[in-house]
Order: sequence, then structure tokens, then C-alpha cells
Amino acid sequence: MTADTQVPETKSAPVAAAKNGRSLLAQVGGQNISLIAALVVVLVLFGSLNDNYLSWNNVQVIAEAVTITGLLAVVQTVVIICGGLDISVGSQAGLASVVSAMAFTSAGKNPLVGMAAAIGVGVVVGVLNGVIIVYGRVNATIATLAGLAAYKGVAQLISNGAAQGYVLNDSIFIFLSRGKIAGLPVMVWILIAVALAVHVMLKYTDIGRNIYAIGGNDTAARLAGISINKYLISVYGLIGVVAAVAGILLTARTGSGQPVSGSEGLELKAITAAALGGCALKGGKGGIGGTLLAVALLGALENGLTVQGINSFWQNVAQGSLLVVAVVIQQRRSGERAVGLPG
Amino acid sequence: MTSSSGAGVRGVGKRFGEVRALSDVTLDFPAGQVTALMGENGAGKSTLLKILTGDHQPTEGTVLLDGSELALQSPARARAAGIRIIPQEPEIIPHVSVAENVYAGALPRKAGRRLDRAELRRRIQADLERLGFSRVLDPDLLGSELTPAQRQLVEILRALTGEAKVIAFDEPTSSLSEHEVDALFALIRRLREQGVAVIYVSHRMKEIFQLADRIAVLRDGALAGVLDAAQASEGDLVRLMVGRDLSDMFVRQNVSTDRVVLDVRELTTDKVSDITLQVRAGEVVGLAGLIGAGRSELALALAGDLPVHSGTVTLDGKKLRSGRPGEVIRAGLGLAPEERKAQALFLQRSIRDNIALVVLERLRRSRFVKRAAEKELAQEYVRRLRVRTPSIEHEVRKLSGGNQQKVVLARWLARRPKVLILDEPTRGIDVGAKAEIYQIIADLAKEGVALLVISSELPEVLGLADRVVVMQNGRITGELDRSEATEERILSLAMADDLSEENRSAA
Repeated sequence: MTADTQVPETKSAPVAAAKNGRSLLAQVGGQNISLIAALVVVLVLFGSLNDNYLSWNNVQVIAEAVTITGLLAVVQTVVIICGGLDISVGSQAGLASVVSAMAFTSAGKNPLVGMAAAIGVGVVVGVLNGVIIVYGRVNATIATLAGLAAYKGVAQLISNGAAQGYVLNDSIFIFLSRGKIAGLPVMVWILIAVALAVHVMLKYTDIGRNIYAIGGNDTAARLAGISINKYLISVYGLIGVVAAVAGILLTARTGSGQPVSGSEGLELKAITAAALGGCALKGGKGGIGGTLLAVALLGALENGLTVQGINSFWQNVAQGSLLVVAVVIQQRRSGERAVGLPG
Repeated sequence: MTSSSGAGVRGVGKRFGEVRALSDVTLDFPAGQVTALMGENGAGKSTLLKILTGDHQPTEGTVLLDGSELALQSPARARAAGIRIIPQEPEIIPHVSVAENVYAGALPRKAGRRLDRAELRRRIQADLERLGFSRVLDPDLLGSELTPAQRQLVEILRALTGEAKVIAFDEPTSSLSEHEVDALFALIRRLREQGVAVIYVSHRMKEIFQLADRIAVLRDGALAGVLDAAQASEGDLVRLMVGRDLSDMFVRQNVSTDRVVLDVRELTTDKVSDITLQVRAGEVVGLAGLIGAGRSELALALAGDLPVHSGTVTLDGKKLRSGRPGEVIRAGLGLAPEERKAQALFLQRSIRDNIALVVLERLRRSRFVKRAAEKELAQEYVRRLRVRTPSIEHEVRKLSGGNQQKVVLARWLARRPKVLILDEPTRGIDVGAKAEIYQIIADLAKEGVALLVISSELPEVLGLADRVVVMQNGRITGELDRSEATEERILSLAMADDLSEENRSAA
């Protein structure tokens, strides 16, 4: 499909998508059917409103735009399956972005040093989150809320609140930001690689089994001999690493280290995507497939609203509403009784 | 205080699904008397209390109050009618004062819904005065600052606001010190003099003989008898509480060897002290005792879950470190815990997942789980334990209690442990599944597994165990060989502290 042929394709693409959805039905399960349906609705709606919307160019724009959110949503899925939550992912990505650009500059424009420094910081921050939650006995939401503020503050402090360095004179950063492999942007490939790796870990290894077990019933997991603490800290460490990768991509995309802009609000998108994708916020349930579908849905919606020139404030409203609706549907399905605070 | 003639039940029965918790109980709780309610675990005491307090609706029969029939659709109705219960574990709001705790839900208020502090103070003072507690309970103390006895007093004060005709105490002394017990008894006697019908549930014989006018004994959900406390003896009560012989339902051969596999020496934790215990290969040791005796806590400590203060656990000659369930499992010990849903099962996951969880180490190649091997294993154990399910991919929450328990057992059987601890393996399970689980236990013993079975059902303990270890209050109070174990002897050991010296030496 190229930009030239997009006019006739406009009509057939949703049909193809619908067919696809049906043939995949057995595999994707009921949970994801509604996501696919919603995605189709969004694509058809904006596709009919705007001829350009379904062009290959615009699809690539959407894919690139959701890469960073997608990375964070993938790891958010893992921590939610464990029964935890991380709302500091955006701040972690911002901090990693600044660190990558500053280390790049001070190491004489060495991109590998910049990336290594960012990932090192990511590991430290992630493990710190895990340690605070597990050994400090701090509720995961509160601990990472604190992180949300603190890591953002650190990023602002070391950067003085300004964008750092310029990286797009380096071939590796250029490759990350503009390169293509087999017609797909490199960034999208990175998302695919990370998502695939996490998916394989969750579904096919004993590590994944144990992660589902911890979120499903932590007492039973403990009595089954799983070292819960080790797992939780590792999962938060993994988040740190992937958030750092997201931060590096953010640097590559914008050309410089961004302490705040570009990473602020990503936690909301990541959590919304995971919840929409079918992760039970109580833990023990969810998968990468659903999350990626939800990421695509959110991206398509955001892009469509932008293309239609709708005020970006509405996008915030739409996102907040989607998160609440997703969770309400989830709770209804699990048959929660409406008494007092939800567990 | 009241001019009531007391309460009673007529032909009351209660069924929970298939399980009969209570059948055809007719019993009076006369005003101005203390009626003690006794019985083994699961005899139906709690069910009867819950019917009186409106928490449960009887399947048949009626509740009487002052001679007339009463329909208790809800706890609020029962309360309005004058029936109160002092629960075993007082519910105290930690961050507010005693006064607010007592009147929570019905605080005095001034116009505009403002709290009327002066009135609150006046009321609590008056109530404390009236009940004679003004010197033991400061109304300004916060809920979190109260001692166990004071917490109990708050519950009692709550129960006595308004007009109370019937007050039930559910094992009130379990957390009280001796002189607090004396104070409580003084209060109960005063309530009796005021004409309140007092119901007193307890396992402690000594207390019951001190306090009760009449003693009603429940057994298997039916009334076994009512005795006049002045004429009854401890022996009479124990006989009434037991009085049945189901133990020949499951006969098994002794296949135990001389090889000690599990060797526990002077183990002390928060909840148990000085536990010394051995289990040999092929031996089934029954761990008996009343609820709260510390049996489950011992099991969790052995499994490495609860911290150990002192003492040692040796498994097949290898000393186990505490606080490491994973290490204990690798050493060869499995625990099927008491609460299978809360502590053992992943309800949203498949049978396959649930069974494979502790054997993943054996089922993986460079961390990838071998699907085919996993399925085969799950299928094998589903077949062996006859788990009734359409497929191994079925979610565990959709199974019946008995089949869920079999999944828990399958998990540990798949692990092939040297020692298996089963905590209440047949609780809430129908008779057919019970018999199957007994067979599994017998087969495991034949294979040389050392088994420690915790059960509150005495016939089960007697039927299964080669040796019975009895606990009370976190300690082992006795050990009986299969040949010398009877329900009476186990029960007297389980209540040893409260029986006379003579009885203890006899057991």
C-alpha cells in the first residue's frame, strides 16, 4: 500500500480489518474483540471524515507517535499483572532523556555512552521504586506518585529545566529517529522487539507464570515458593530499563534531551492502554496483545482528533473518560459488589 | 433491667447448599440464667448464634422472644428486638475515642448535624456508671490504645445501649488475662441478676462450670443434650460432645517405617512454643486441637512462611532455614494450606497452570516451559486424582470445592514431596470427595511420604492417623498412638488446661 493508492484503499481497509478480526477471533479471545471493533470504528469514522487519515504516511505517523507510549504501556502491563502500578514511568523517561543527551554531549558526542548512562539511570530508578515498595512497605501507587514528582524534579535540576544538547548530528541517533527497516520506522521496530520479548517472557517462560501467580494470589505464590520480593524488584527494574529506552527514543525524536515536555502525561496513557487492553488492576490478568491494541486505539483516536483540528483539551477529556470506562467495565464483569471503597 | 422471659428456638434447622449445619434444634434461653453452649468445632454453635442475631435465616423452625414468634430478617431487626452478640474479635475503630466507638452510627447530634460532645460525654459516663466500668475504662482513650479486655468492654457497652434482653458471648475470654476474666464474669453475673438471658459459648470447661446455670451441647448440628450445670461433670459433657463412632468408615493399614523424615525440635514462633515432633516415612500423623490451638500457624512455620524464633526443623537430615518457602519446597516439604482459595489457588488460572506452578523447574528448558510436558503432567494428575473437569484448561474457580482441593493436592503430588502437610484437607467437601481424598492420603503413605494431617474433625483424625498429636494454646499437650486414641481422650487433651489434673494424667 502506498500513498498513491490510498483513495481506493480507504473503503476496503476497514472491511479487511473486520475480516481479519473475525479470523483471529479464536486466538485473540473475547476481551480483545471489542478493542478491535472500537479500533475499526475509529478508523472508519476518521477515514471517512478525512481522506488522508488512512494513508500509509499517516499510519506511520500514528505508529511513530505511539511508540514511546507503547513501550511504557508494555512494561506497565507487566507491573499491573504483578498487582502493582507505576505512575512514575513518564518522569523516568524524561530523566533518561535528559541523561542520554547530557552524557552524549559530555562524552564527546558518543551515542553509546549516552544510551548506557540513560539505561544505567533507568535501572537505578526502577530498582529504587521496587525497594521502596517492597521493603519500605509503601503502597505502589503512592511510592510511584512520589517518584513521578521526584524524578521529574531531578531531571529539571540537572538540566536546569531546559532542553539539553543536540543529538541529531550523530548517525546513530539519526538512525533511531528517521531510519527505516523494511519500510517501517526503526522506532516501531524497537517497540515490536520489546513487546515481543515481553510477550514471550509472560507466555512461554516460568518467569511469566510466576508473575501471573504473584498478581493472582500473592499468598499462594509465596507458599508455592516464589520469591515475590525478588520478582517485584526485578519488574520495577525492567520498567526502569524500558522507560530509559523510551527516553532515548524521545531524545532521538526531538533531537535533544527533554526533562518534561514529551514525557509528561505518558503514565496516564500507559495505564489507560493497559486497563483498556484487559489488565485487571487487581493483578493476575492481562496480556501484551490487548495492551498493544489499546495503544493503537488511543493513537488512532488522538491522531484522528488532531487531524480533524479538534481542541487538544478534548483529548485529555477523552483519555480520562476511557480509563474510567475501561475500569468500570472490568469491575462490572468481575462482579464486584458496590460497597465501600473498591478493594 | 427487663421484664423479659427470655428467648428460645423451636425446631430450628439450617442448610447451606448440600451441607446441613443445624437440624431440628429446640432450646430455651431463659431470662436471668446463663446458658452455656458447647460443642466441637463445626457442631453448629456459630450457626445457631447467627440465626439468633439475624445474620442467617433458618431453613426451618422459629425463633421465640418473650414467648412470641419473631422473624429476624436482618441483624438490625434482631438488635431492635433486644438480641445482642459480643463477637469473638471486637470491631474497634482505631482512631476515635471509646465514647465514639460505643455509639458509632448513632452519635448524639445538635442542629446542623454537629456532634453533640457534651451529650456524648454525659451518655458514656452514665453508661459506664450504670455498668460499673467507670474505673476500668476511660472514655477518652482512643480505640488503638485499648487492651484486649477494654476492647471487649467496648463491644459489651455497644451491646448494652438500648434495651437488651438476650446477650450472647462468643468465646469472650480467648484474649483476656485472668483478672480481666474475673471482671467479665462479675459483669455477666450482674446481667443475669438484671434478668438478661445470657448465652455463653466457650470451649473452656472451667469457665463454664463457674458461670453457667445450664449447659447445652450441640453435636453435628443437632442438640445432644441439656444439662443442669450443678449436676453435670466434665466427663458427661465430653461424652455428649463426642458420642458417635464414624471412625470405622475409613480403615487404613499402618505402613509407617522407622525412618524419621521430618524432625521438629523445640520450635517456637509467635504463636506456638516448644514444639517437638517427628514424622516418619509412610506415617500419617494427625494434628488435633481446637480452632486457634496454633496448628495452622505451626504448619506455616514449618513451610518456611512464618518466622521462627528458636528451635530447629530437620528434613531428611537437612536443617531448614526459616523464612524461605522456596528452599523448604526444594528440600521436599509441601503444604496444602487451610484456606485453599486464599492461600493455595490461582482461581482465574487454568488447572494446568495451578498444578504446574511448583514443578516448573522440572518442566522448563532454559526458562521456556515445555508445553507438551506440562500438559501431560496436568493430565496425569487430573486422571490420577479423578478431578472432575471438562479439560485441564478449565479455570479453577469454576470447580467444586472437592475438585479444587484435588487440584491443590495434585500440585504437591506432582512435586513428589518427602513430607506433605495437609491443613484441613476435607473442609467444605462432600462425602464422596472426602473418601477419595482419604484414599489419596493412604496411597501417599504407602509410597513412603511422611504425612502430617491437621483436622478439626475427630473421626477423620482417628480414621487416618497412625499417631495423634494434640495441641492447645500453641503447645503440644499430648500424643496418642492409634491404638489408644479415642475422641474423648483427644478432646480432653485439646482442652487440657481447663480439665482437672486427674483427667490430664489419665490421658
